[in-house]
Amino acid sequence: MSKILTVSLPPHIHAPGSVAACMWRVNLALLPAFGCALYFFGLGAAIVTVVSVLCCIFFEYAITRWMLGRTPHIADGSAALTGFLLALNLPSTLPVWTVIIGAFVAIGIGKMAFGGLGCNIFNPALVGRVFLLLSFPVQMTNWQLPGVDRLAYTDAATGATTLQLLKSGAVEASDIDLWNLTFGAIGGSLGEVSAVAILIGFIFLLVTKVITWHIPVSIFVGATLLSFLAGINPVIELLSGGLLLGAVFMATDYVTSPMTGKGMIIYGLLIGTITIIIRCWGAYPEGMSFAILIMNGFTPLINRCVKPKRFGAAGRAVSA
Amino acid sequence: MATFSKGGIHPPQNKITADKPIIPLALPRKVELLLSQHIGAPAKPVVVKGDKVVRGQIVAEGSAFISASVHTPISGKVTKIDTVRAANGMPATAIVIEADEEEHIADEDSRMNPSVVRSDTELEILTPEEIREIARYAGLVGLGGATFPASVKLTPPKDNIIDSLVINGAECEPYLTCDHALMREYGREVVCGAELMRRACGAGRVVIGIEDNKADAIDVISRICDEYPHISVKKLIAKYPQGGEKQLVKAITGREIKSGCLPSSVGVVVHNVATAYALYNAARFGLPVMERIVTVTGKNMSRPGNFLAPLGMRIGALIDYAGGLKDNSGKIILGGPMMGRAASNIDSPLVKGISGILILEDGESRRKAVEPCIRCARCVSVCPMGLEPYLISAYGSNRMAEDAEANGTADCIECGCCSYICPASRPLLDNIRLGKRLIAEKKRLQNK
Ligand code: SF4
Ligand code: SF4
Repeated sequence: MSKILTVSLPPHIHAPGSVAACMWRVNLALLPAFGCALYFFGLGAAIVTVVSVLCCIFFEYAITRWMLGRTPHIADGSAALTGFLLALNLPSTLPVWTVIIGAFVAIGIGKMAFGGLGCNIFNPALVGRVFLLLSFPVQMTNWQLPGVDRLAYTDAATGATTLQLLKSGAVEASDIDLWNLTFGAIGGSLGEVSAVAILIGFIFLLVTKVITWHIPVSIFVGATLLSFLAGINPVIELLSGGLLLGAVFMATDYVTSPMTGKGMIIYGLLIGTITIIIRCWGAYPEGMSFAILIMNGFTPLINRCVKPKRFGAAGRAVSA
Repeated sequence: MATFSKGGIHPPQNKITADKPIIPLALPRKVELLLSQHIGAPAKPVVVKGDKVVRGQIVAEGSAFISASVHTPISGKVTKIDTVRAANGMPATAIVIEADEEEHIADEDSRMNPSVVRSDTELEILTPEEIREIARYAGLVGLGGATFPASVKLTPPKDNIIDSLVINGAECEPYLTCDHALMREYGREVVCGAELMRRACGAGRVVIGIEDNKADAIDVISRICDEYPHISVKKLIAKYPQGGEKQLVKAITGREIKSGCLPSSVGVVVHNVATAYALYNAARFGLPVMERIVTVTGKNMSRPGNFLAPLGMRIGALIDYAGGLKDNSGKIILGGPMMGRAASNIDSPLVKGISGILILEDGESRRKAVEPCIRCARCVSVCPMGLEPYLISAYGSNRMAEDAEANGTADCIECGCCSYICPASRPLLDNIRLGKRLIAEKKRLQNK
């Protein structure tokens, strides 16, 4: 018998998924939100996103190939995803050079410094974003008025976000148009404008089983509960700022979130409450990025303490 | 309808041969009977080169409490007792028997008309000891694949009372249909064998668990069970690894077997439908375990089917009955695709524990490239034992025996759900098994 047989250990069949499939699906789920950003902010949104995605891919390729001397796997879509998420967390008026710095920090410090895909502790896109927010507070809070002048970029007419207005006391919660909050005619980062677009992405991710409900839902629950206790309108809190975007796309990042359902719920509840705490009592009008980064830091601890329930740990000896 | 609660997967079932009848294969003119076809001590040969043997005769005897005898399916002459290559590529001792034309024809004759050695009434008055003795003499082992000597499991343990006997008809492995075909065609014999098992281990009730993808088998068995007051069928929601002992007991009785314990610790004994059928044959016709039902299947096989195959025949011959290997056949799996072992050669003989032979095409037989763990937690959510496969796998591959042990490596039932689901194609189970080795090694050193 001359036939050469393959011999390997079981299992001999494998589910169809791959890392690339997961990552590209998340990229796909971001498209509705990106479409809204294009619609409301026009040219600026396009420039920021393209620059961010291309730079993230470039930095990942460059660092892997020329600094670490390994084979880059940019086709797995994770660098593109970081770029995409970073862009959706930036204002549409942000100058190109700032976006490039953000992309470098996200990939270089947020991801590759820890060892690359799967090893980072903090969500790379948020590392990039928070770095920019602390370093360039003016540029990072230059919010283009939605749907006004779509061909403007850094020179666009700007205004305040809902959360800024609330924080400064310029408007009352009762004056806020919930319709606009839901469909997107609000100032903010690219991805913060339309709740519906993000929810479409959320449903897509749930249906394709890329993520589970645990983290987003517990973030919503945590934020809602604390809003009630603090006497503010939870609907406005959920729909404004980066809470939805963060809950669906950033907090659910596989690498930086806990490994068990229970752990995910704890993580989500805390992100929700920390966000509201920062919004109500902190110096910043928006707290989602910080809340997620803080909980990213606690994820190893959560993984250590919250273990799945083992089969047979609570078995009963038969009495008969 | 029930199933086990924790983890599990739904791989494509690919039960190509589900409707195929069981076809008895012609007896071969030569068989190689391995002495070790079961868990426990190898059997001791009781024949020598040149001896004449007849079909059904013992050629090697169980040599210890945990061991099983081996019988020849063909009459003929012992031509040698020698080392052959087993399917895993390792050397193993076998008794080789060859038949001449006359013996061959006589065998086929007696095979088609087995003589009844016990009537219905005689079956009814068998004592538990006698039933165990029949199982022991017949060389009966767990035919689902575990190959643990059945007579041992039919002996009620000293410190536990057995109240339920669970019969495994789940057949949760993709592709395999031998138990399905068996239940459909020999339902009465299976149920009758289960009743004998019940009496042997002293259980009050028998539950036969069958997954809902085998509706015809459920029908047949349920109808027959109506005649047996102690036996019932439980329909199970199809999910892999339902046939795992702990998962099956949980699904059927709701009882959770503690880590490191046997089903008897919760008052249950588990046997496979094929084992029940073989016990019936042994008790009714005096037939020892010398043939078994094997599914030979694969997407590119031209005549896949369920075959009644004599033990000791060449695996290659068995594959030929299903259409033979194709140019693009890449891997031969003995058992199902989740837990079966890849064979390194097809000249090795069929043994008691092989329930299926699955031929994969070249493309399907290669593993995908390993990517970094992205901590997606899917392995955790599918593990039926509630373990963290990504973690214990890392402990295994980093040779951290202590941490591997503390995180429950020993509980792993090697179902392969984690490796199956991992989007990064990580070899989780390989590393976990390495971890098990390291733990065993550490224990061995400590006990020195
Ligand atoms: S399934 Fe694979 S990639 Fe996901 S956590 Fe487990 S080992 Fe990591
Ligand atoms: S760790 Fe073991 S029991 Fe858990 S899924 Fe993997 S192989 Fe199955």
